[in-house]
Amino acid sequence: MKYMLLMNAGPANSAEEAEAQAVCEFSDWMKFDEQIQGAGVVVSSHALADMTTATRVRVTADGERVITTDGPFAEAREVLGGYYVIDVPDLDAALDWAARCPGARDGSIVVRPVTDEY
Amino acid sequence: MPEPDARASVEAIFREERGLLLAALVRRFGDLDLAEEVASDAIEAALVHWPERGVPPSPGAWLMTTARRKAVDRLRRDRAYAARLAILQVEAERAGPVPAPEPDGGPPDERLQLFFTCAHPALAAEDRTALTLRCLAGLTTPEVARAFLVPTATMAKRIVRAKHRIREARIPFRVPGPDELPERLPGVLQVLYSIFTEGYAAARSDLAQEAVRLARILRRLLPDERETAGLLALMLLTHARHAARLAPDGGLLLLDEQDRSRWDRALIEEGRGLAEAALTGGPPGPYGVQAAIAALHDEAADVASTDWPQIVALYDVLLALTPSPVVAVNRAGAIAMRDGPEAGLALLDELAGEPRLRGYHPYAASRADLLRRLGRRAEAAAAYREAIGLAETDRERALLRRMLDGVEAG
Repeated sequence: MKYMLLMNAGPANSAEEAEAQAVCEFSDWMKFDEQIQGAGVVVSSHALADMTTATRVRVTADGERVITTDGPFAEAREVLGGYYVIDVPDLDAALDWAARCPGARDGSIVVRPVTDEY
Repeated sequence: MPEPDARASVEAIFREERGLLLAALVRRFGDLDLAEEVASDAIEAALVHWPERGVPPSPGAWLMTTARRKAVDRLRRDRAYAARLAILQVEAERAGPVPAPEPDGGPPDERLQLFFTCAHPALAAEDRTALTLRCLAGLTTPEVARAFLVPTATMAKRIVRAKHRIREARIPFRVPGPDELPERLPGVLQVLYSIFTEGYAAARSDLAQEAVRLARILRRLLPDERETAGLLALMLLTHARHAARLAPDGGLLLLDEQDRSRWDRALIEEGRGLAEAALTGGPPGPYGVQAAIAALHDEAADVASTDWPQIVALYDVLLALTPSPVVAVNRAGAIAMRDGPEAGLALLDELAGEPRLRGYHPYAASRADLLRRLGRRAEAAAAYREAIGLAETDRERALLRRMLDGVEAG
């Protein structure tokens, strides 16, 4: 069964700021990534570039494109910093990986089952 | 066996067998919904056949065989469902060896797994309690709804939602390993204790008894966990007073008004033994300490001769284990008994700013009681009025009103 681990952290405007706020070292992330990749459960994973590079697109009712690039998105309490999709037997196994991830200490991890219904 | 006996024994067996059967079926099919459905089918079949032909020599095995046959029928009818279950089944087999059946040939006792599934932290707290009542206590959905004081339709929706979550997020059917157990067991104990306190607050002894029954099962399945013994002890020592708690008119009686000869000595004895087990061989847990406090109340001939210094000492331990303003309120009450109402009141007044005590009627009621004992009648009356406004049940309101009348009459 596939689960997506969504890694959220407190809002930061740059990678430097995010690093300054973090409880975990970069090496903790490296170690975790080695472990989870080594376990052979990762389907895909990516870290996202910092918030200042984000662009928001909306299309209004009359078809007009509204594009916003003016970060920081101050209203966000937590922002998505990256994700793993893993394939493990059940929710307990997914929660175990989430708890071992440094992101659980630097913010929080949302674990969501990936559905195969669509 | 004559017919009326057969019917009664059939029903008694079901109370006990339903959880066992359900757990074994969940293990086999990995699907709570299917398991519930075929367990009910099997029980219905038993209700038809057993009174006519007599109870079979191993009722558990009969139910299991019948339920499995029903499940196969249903899976044949619904191929897509069967395909999905087959995958689940393969993975379940991979998860560990299939346990041996019970000596009577009935289903093996897999209720422990079911306890942990129903109380899984990924489920909302209220859903955990509802599922446990439904799956392990064997209550029907309307009965569960009645325990929660919500309409049946609301409860049915809640149970469906919880089962959906178990299935879709694949909450596993397993006992957590030794490294996870300390983290997960308190959740299971909390569910049982909330069923008990719900029953106790509503003076529903059936519900309280059901919680006791489940705690006994859990104690048997996890004999080495001291907090399980502590929880069972706490329930027994509290439940021992239930016959003396209500006046003939149905009103609640305070501890010092109760006829202690009506307390259940056998339950007290059993509870004391378990409380001792809970507090021996390691650092104490919160349920064990609460059980020890309950034991001291139960052993005393009256309120005056209760061992208040010892109770205060236990509350100190409890407060260190679970720092909470609610525990602090109870501790203040014990200190008032040991050192006088003035001392207790000073402690309660220190807690006045606690946001978690706002809306907590026992806080106002404790203050009222101490003010009354100090002869500060007007303030006591005001505090009783506040408590009446906050109380949640009619019985509690009636008790507080009686206390208020007493103060006003002087």
